[in-house]
Amino acid sequence: MTGPLSRDASRRGPQRWVAAVLGRHPVGAVLVAPYAAFLALVFAYPFGFAVWISFHDYFFTAPGVPVDRPFVGLANYTAVLSDPAVRQAFGNIIVFLLINVPLTTVLALLLATALNGAIRGRTFLRVAYYVPYVTASVAVVGVWLFLFNSGGLVNKLLGPLAPDPSWLVSEHLAMPTVAIYVAWKQLGFFILLYLAALQNVPNELYESAAVDGANRWQRFRSVTVPAVRPATTLVVIVATITGANMFTEPYLLTGGGGPNGASASPVLLMYQRGIEQGQPDVAAAIGVLLVIGVVTVSLINRRILERP
Amino acid sequence: MRRTVPAAFLVLSLGLTAACGDGGSGTKADSSAKGPITIWLSNNKEELAWGNAMVEAWNGQHADQKITAQEIPAGKSSEEVIGAAITAGNAPCLIFNTAPAAVPQFQKQGGLVALDSFDGAADYIKQRTGAAADQYKSPDGKFYQIPWKSNPVMIFYNKDILAKAGVNADNPPLATYDEFLATARKIKSSGAAPAAIYPAPSSEFFQSWFDFYPLFAAETGGKQLVENGKAQFDSPEGLRVAEFWKKLYDEGLAPKEKYNGDSFADGKAAMAIVGPWAIAVYGKKVKWGAAPVPTSTGKPAAEVKTFSDAKNVAMYSACKNRATAWEVLKFATSKEQDGALLEATGQMPLRADLPSTYPDYFTKNPAYKAFADQAGRTVEVPNTANSITIWQTFRDAYSESVIFGKRPVAEAFSEAAKKATGLAGQS
Repeated sequence: MTGPLSRDASRRGPQRWVAAVLGRHPVGAVLVAPYAAFLALVFAYPFGFAVWISFHDYFFTAPGVPVDRPFVGLANYTAVLSDPAVRQAFGNIIVFLLINVPLTTVLALLLATALNGAIRGRTFLRVAYYVPYVTASVAVVGVWLFLFNSGGLVNKLLGPLAPDPSWLVSEHLAMPTVAIYVAWKQLGFFILLYLAALQNVPNELYESAAVDGANRWQRFRSVTVPAVRPATTLVVIVATITGANMFTEPYLLTGGGGPNGASASPVLLMYQRGIEQGQPDVAAAIGVLLVIGVVTVSLINRRILERP
Repeated sequence: MRRTVPAAFLVLSLGLTAACGDGGSGTKADSSAKGPITIWLSNNKEELAWGNAMVEAWNGQHADQKITAQEIPAGKSSEEVIGAAITAGNAPCLIFNTAPAAVPQFQKQGGLVALDSFDGAADYIKQRTGAAADQYKSPDGKFYQIPWKSNPVMIFYNKDILAKAGVNADNPPLATYDEFLATARKIKSSGAAPAAIYPAPSSEFFQSWFDFYPLFAAETGGKQLVENGKAQFDSPEGLRVAEFWKKLYDEGLAPKEKYNGDSFADGKAAMAIVGPWAIAVYGKKVKWGAAPVPTSTGKPAAEVKTFSDAKNVAMYSACKNRATAWEVLKFATSKEQDGALLEATGQMPLRADLPSTYPDYFTKNPAYKAFADQAGRTVEVPNTANSITIWQTFRDAYSESVIFGKRPVAEAFSEAAKKATGLAGQS
């Protein structure tokens, strides 16, 4: 009697260990492994490296060049936080997010709802909204420069109401203009997310609301908005993350974060400091602060949006 | 479990990073080694044609030391690509488009070979370039670049626009600041062009090379932005240049908004600050003339200095066959190859006696003569630590005070000068 029992016990030992490491379904762990490896190699390791760099006096060298990379504690963070240009860039990105994220979310939901209905030219309109998203930024930026420069189409239409200084050279208007540009460019992608979510809203809900006497606006507010809430969470978080990582627009649209730094973003400064000026340690500190900020904002967004 | 896995990734990555953070073992190359080498050329069409012909000429005589040439890989800038190649250890032996402003950084990265390690190299450089070669020495007294070619910048003007504005188009008054401003006002008020001159008002660090710096070089008689570790741009001369540009911006003679295209070619600006490359680009489209950059007192043209806009050749430390690379360097900067470069591109080889070395060329192409004369009076960017950071610091102060007028020029320049001096003093 004791023999088989002790054999079972000895088998259960390694099994328990395997279960502890790989979970109750080891096949699942095996299937997940390639993505986990990808994540570790492409995201976790570079991120960890960036954190490490941000605490050291670091610059890129040719292989084999013996250099000291002493631990400097919070020195890079102190340098970054005491730099007015960095503080201005973080302020700019807050302005950008406050305009861009609500604008993107509201417009994407309204347009997706309209495109989900039986309207003429629906397919054409769906494609039309998606085109800016898949078009190269350089080309689209060129079009916006023609639209929004002093003698551009927008100012010609506005006539005497055109702002002076113009959109992209006004300290107060440059960032809002960039925020509107990014909302327009990315709208197609977010409309697509909402369209997918709208397919899953049961028609019966609308029918019941109609029977109860709800008008079109009440049906939108009381049925559509709550039904697509998970999509809204996703849209808000993705728009926040992509917006906070903005680089191309200040680099190309406003000529390196101009006017006078009014549209500079933290990622543009990371490029300038880390790549152009050879200070990857300072750039890494900006990056880590940006990650902390984005994660915090995303968690708050999620907490608010997922509240029942 | 949901939180343990990401945390484990982070800890693992930090551990790996800490373990791998410091560089590997040293790689030493022999400066007498010979064999095949790789070089990078600029992607400019004319330069590429010269480079390929030069490579063909070399390869025809050196079957065992062949050159493989390719264009600098695409990137946001050549310097970014070269910096990445140095870090990765796959930079070529020679790059025929090394910006002098980037040399201090490449040197700090351990990416460059001091050319002084080759017999007679320093003498060769000094003999070829003359006294101007000293501007290309690094603070340790060594040459990490060979001065190759310059594009000395001058004022290019559109004769048709000037005539339309009622200005003498054959000899426009542009020598002093007052003359330049009066001409600019005429252009604008007559409606001959929307802008008198249109330098890029954007914030990139290098933009000051084509507005402030040429005039600063002229006004100071040849000072660099930073000399002997001290910033020079907050001097009375620097402030005079800045106030001149500020007037142009304040009066709308130079626009504050980036032009989406080529303002000079499109007839939107009557003048531009350009190098000899402009002759080939605008030659057939615009009836043009060239004048030295202005000074406050209107110095004689023969005394006016300007920014060189040079591009040089450097040898990179990943190079194994360095003896071959050095021989190729000498071959590519020989009198014959420099002449071929001049013929193909119109850019000025950094030679001490350029007009007298190639008299036939300048007789045949008189338009280039003024640039050749100017090439003998050029000022380079300072070869100092944190060079790019200093230029960006200066550009930010210039944008804030000169272009957008948000602060008094003297205050912004003084603050930037203190910062620049501090940066130049760091190793």
